[in-house]
Amino acid sequence: MTFEVGRIRKDFPILDRTVRGGRPLVYLDSANTSQKPRQVIDTLTDFYERHNANIHRATHELGEEATEAYEGARIKVAQFIGAGDEGEVIFTKNVSEAINLVAYSIGNAAGSGRFRLGEGDEIVITEMEHHSNIVPWQLLCERTGATLRWFGVTPDGRLDLSRADELINPRTRLVALTHQSNVLGTINPVADIAARAHAAGALVLVDAAQSAPHGLADVRSLGADFVGFTGHKMCGPTGIGVLWGRRELLEEMPPFLGGGEMIETVWMDRSTFAPPPHKFEAGTMPIAQAVGLGAAVDYLTEVGLEAVRAHEQDLLRHALAALTVIEGLRILGPTEPVDRGGAISFELNGIHPHDVSQVLDDRGVAVRAGHHCAWPLHRALGVQASTRASFYLYNTHDEIDALAEGLRHAQRFFGTA
Amino acid sequence: MQLESMYQEIILEHYRRPLHAGLREPFDAEVRHVNPTCGDEVTLRVTLKDAGSEPTVADVSYDALGCSISQASTSIMADMIIGKTVAEAMAVGDEFLALMQSRGEGEPDEDVLGDAVAFEGVSKYPARIKCALLGWMAWKDATARALTGRQADEPTIGE
Repeated sequence: MTFEVGRIRKDFPILDRTVRGGRPLVYLDSANTSQKPRQVIDTLTDFYERHNANIHRATHELGEEATEAYEGARIKVAQFIGAGDEGEVIFTKNVSEAINLVAYSIGNAAGSGRFRLGEGDEIVITEMEHHSNIVPWQLLCERTGATLRWFGVTPDGRLDLSRADELINPRTRLVALTHQSNVLGTINPVADIAARAHAAGALVLVDAAQSAPHGLADVRSLGADFVGFTGHKMCGPTGIGVLWGRRELLEEMPPFLGGGEMIETVWMDRSTFAPPPHKFEAGTMPIAQAVGLGAAVDYLTEVGLEAVRAHEQDLLRHALAALTVIEGLRILGPTEPVDRGGAISFELNGIHPHDVSQVLDDRGVAVRAGHHCAWPLHRALGVQASTRASFYLYNTHDEIDALAEGLRHAQRFFGTA
Repeated sequence: MQLESMYQEIILEHYRRPLHAGLREPFDAEVRHVNPTCGDEVTLRVTLKDAGSEPTVADVSYDALGCSISQASTSIMADMIIGKTVAEAMAVGDEFLALMQSRGEGEPDEDVLGDAVAFEGVSKYPARIKCALLGWMAWKDATARALTGRQADEPTIGE
């Protein structure tokens, strides 16, 4: 099947609507959350209309169907990320919960064996992380006395690996980093860093929130111990995320949340726990949302991830060309389409990002403005805030041209060009 | 085109040439407020004096990083409340807050709000209301601190 963006767009009903008094929607905020294809929306409706029941505990036909749909989604997700064992796929609420699950479980392991963590131990992150891959580790360090350290970023928006040998050392217990920066688009050499970390005896967690939507979260090639991503950025519903972890680690790790369906046996004074993944899925899960994520995976697989990535690279090249010629515009991060994904953050001289996005919004162009939950990164780059345009399979050259024209209009409006 | 209704000329004017900007000595209280969604920030100082028995705004000085709306709002606020009694200035602040929460349905009283009526258009955009209120919130906080501080030294001042 050849990739045709016109046909893809027909799958996304929202792209037909107008905004701000009749302007066609130009949605360039997919790194924030993606739009949903009809196939996913229909799956959610069908689940609630035809199969809704609780899973694993309902002893009737609907319960069987719901359980099958939920566990079927787990298998689809496992295949999507190249995991041979669907028991390594834990459903969570989002990436933040996936990362917190690891952080709290390690903290709960009470400092023994391979999860020991205390004074003198180190956790290494990077300066280009989303807050969700910073704050949980700050909190874990506060609880355990471990020290938080981090890779810096170079002025052109790549990880500064010059201190890697010093940063990753025998005291390092865990390295957590993003696969693809949500601000810069930079794709990091995760496999190399994971190899270094493993050689030092450390665990590795990868935040794949921005790479999974493009089919890049292959757990075999990432070489990590944990990989987290979220459904809503990859055509799926909100409220459903994924933590993949190596089975031998998941088996050893204590639970994060206690509650229904995560147990093996409960007495009044103690409990034993179900094997993974159920050990980490306490209470009634977002069942329909997991099933919807399964449908999103089916959709992306059917369109073809290679084709999606090729289309996004084409959009990225077009956007870099269209934006770099705008006087007073400075792109944060790599300006060449090499090892970078389809998110471009930039400054427009003399116009605050909030004002830039307001002008764009008035023309129907939806972008994000602010620090994009990456305040330390903006500080490191000496930028207070930025405007971000991000692309996905349904975007077109015309939409990028509308962005560029909108930016020129903003310059005229504020009298800066 | 709704853009002009939000970015009225007087707002752009204050954004380009903010009044009373820069931090000045002496001051009774200093606060730093941020807008966590965008990282905009303002450091604001308040100096009060006694006019009769009423605490009065002698000076408001500030150092702000932010969008046109937050910068202009802080500038207009400072220009409007310097010289007013704290009670009068608080009343303006309350009226401005009500306007911002009106979702475009408010009927601003120009006699009370002065140039700040220009922000009426902002109230239609929920994401920008915090921008318009950043300076006001900082001023209210700083003033409350200044009054408390003065109460300790001069128990007759304040309420």
